[in-house]
Amino acid sequence: MTTVSSAAHTRRDFLYIATAAVGAVGAAASLVPLISQMNPDASTIAAGAPVDIDLSPITDGQIIKVFWRSKPIFIFHRTKHDIDLAKDVNVSSLRDPEPDSERVKPGHEQWLVVIGICTHLGCIPLPHEGQFDGWFCPCHGSQYDSAGRIRKGPAPKNLYLPPYKFTSDTKIRIG
Amino acid sequence: MSGSSTYQPQNGFLKWLERRLPIGGLVHSSFVAYPTPRNLNYWWTFGGILTFMLGVQMITGIILAMHYTPESTMAFNSIEGIMRDVNYGWLLRYVHASGASMFFLAVYVHMFRGMYYGSYKEPREVLWILGVILYLLMMATAFMGYVLVWGQMSFWAATVITNLFSAIPGVGDIIVTWLWGGYAVGNPTLNRFYSLHYLLPFVIAGVVVLHVWALHVAGQNNPAGIEPKSPKDTVPFTPYATVKDSFMIACFCIVLAWLVFYVPNYLLSADNYIPANPAVTPSEIVPEWYYLPFYAILRSIPNKLLGVTALFSSIIILAFLPWLDTSRVRSARYRPLFRQFFWLFVIAAVGLGYLGSKPPEGIYVVLSRVFTLYYFAFFLIILPLLGIFEKTRPLPNSISESVLKAKA
Repeated sequence: MTTVSSAAHTRRDFLYIATAAVGAVGAAASLVPLISQMNPDASTIAAGAPVDIDLSPITDGQIIKVFWRSKPIFIFHRTKHDIDLAKDVNVSSLRDPEPDSERVKPGHEQWLVVIGICTHLGCIPLPHEGQFDGWFCPCHGSQYDSAGRIRKGPAPKNLYLPPYKFTSDTKIRIG
Repeated sequence: MSGSSTYQPQNGFLKWLERRLPIGGLVHSSFVAYPTPRNLNYWWTFGGILTFMLGVQMITGIILAMHYTPESTMAFNSIEGIMRDVNYGWLLRYVHASGASMFFLAVYVHMFRGMYYGSYKEPREVLWILGVILYLLMMATAFMGYVLVWGQMSFWAATVITNLFSAIPGVGDIIVTWLWGGYAVGNPTLNRFYSLHYLLPFVIAGVVVLHVWALHVAGQNNPAGIEPKSPKDTVPFTPYATVKDSFMIACFCIVLAWLVFYVPNYLLSADNYIPANPAVTPSEIVPEWYYLPFYAILRSIPNKLLGVTALFSSIIILAFLPWLDTSRVRSARYRPLFRQFFWLFVIAAVGLGYLGSKPPEGIYVVLSRVFTLYYFAFFLIILPLLGIFEKTRPLPNSISESVLKAKA
């Protein structure tokens, strides 16, 4: 090999580099479908369309659970007491500081709509449990208040808010 | 694989085969003539037990797969069908479920034995790391198999464990959605877990081959922790190790049979006989017993990212053990201080297992924190320092000397 002049190497070098380049690009490109197939498929995404919820049957203080994108959504019809408790908190003392006004839609503060999944490891917290007039997660003991804010336990964040809007005074559309 | 090559095929067919594929010679030199230290005790039989259990799990698992339906609306019922309708289905499933527990029992004994006798030390670092990889693969396989039952505990275990990845800053949620194939654990998750649960045992079998290969290159460690120096220090694998291993496998099978026939649900959760319900989390989520120490570590830290990091670190740290232990003496027999810290470590690990099954409140949280602290201190502080400060006892000159002295 070493006795061959450098000019004779040109064709072989070209083949090495071309093969390596095509191989690298090909390997990278074939990873795309191999990885992407595990993401939610078209039917799963289609099933995640917005849902309309009629709020009128929900009485004062009641928490109902509906499903959107196979996630549980809590709708809490808060009493004045619940709202006052949520507002009386010193916001800067919270782990994930958010005033009550950022947790609800303006003019509809009796309605709290949150994703019912504990931000710790995904369990569903139990309503009307715990020390803070909200939820208690049975898995690892996280507690949320009447604005769905984390108050105690290992969860790092407040219960997430789903995208939703009021289509009338008693109807919301989630999604 | 090493060992003296004294294989002399006797019959004509074996002679014919040996010239074309010397598999007889390989088996002979690895499992017949292979020299094993003469002082191996019964703690050294658990490698054989583990290989046997892998076989049991694969045979029962492949049969269960013939009757199981990996679809979220039918999975639970197909398991009940196996229990009630399939001929001997109850037996196969209970052996598979209890077998998983016994598999982990054996691997924990095997790991503690390796730690006690310093089997991870030079030149067996790669052998040890392959073992840690096998342990990780076992945990992944067992977890996915547990999910396939698709009861309440299956579903919520899948939710909690996959959510561990949501602790990763920035990309956590993207990764979790990708793992699920949806916006929550559901049918796509079940399908991929089934596929992987079938695949991983074969990966384990492959790594076992590497593990045994590395073992036969470095040679077995032994209770004295010194290398064999002369033929007097060893005995051939067959019959000595073969018989000893077979005897212990038979004893182990008696315990497995007791679990299967007398208390088949002792280690299973009653909640897992309720079909998976995405709307309700069981009042208390407890993982299978073999994950409890790590679960206790996770819960002992009241911060999500730190808790998950501690959980994964507590397993990964095992891979660094050969370098964290700075002592040159292998066996705890000649390390009086190490021996005490080792047993404290066993107490901490088993204690964490107990605490993981308790609700996270009061004294249980305090104890979990103490044991978690000791768990990490053992690896990161005690082991590195012991190698420097410990005054070890004198090592015997040879394995045969240590055996004959003990007899005298």
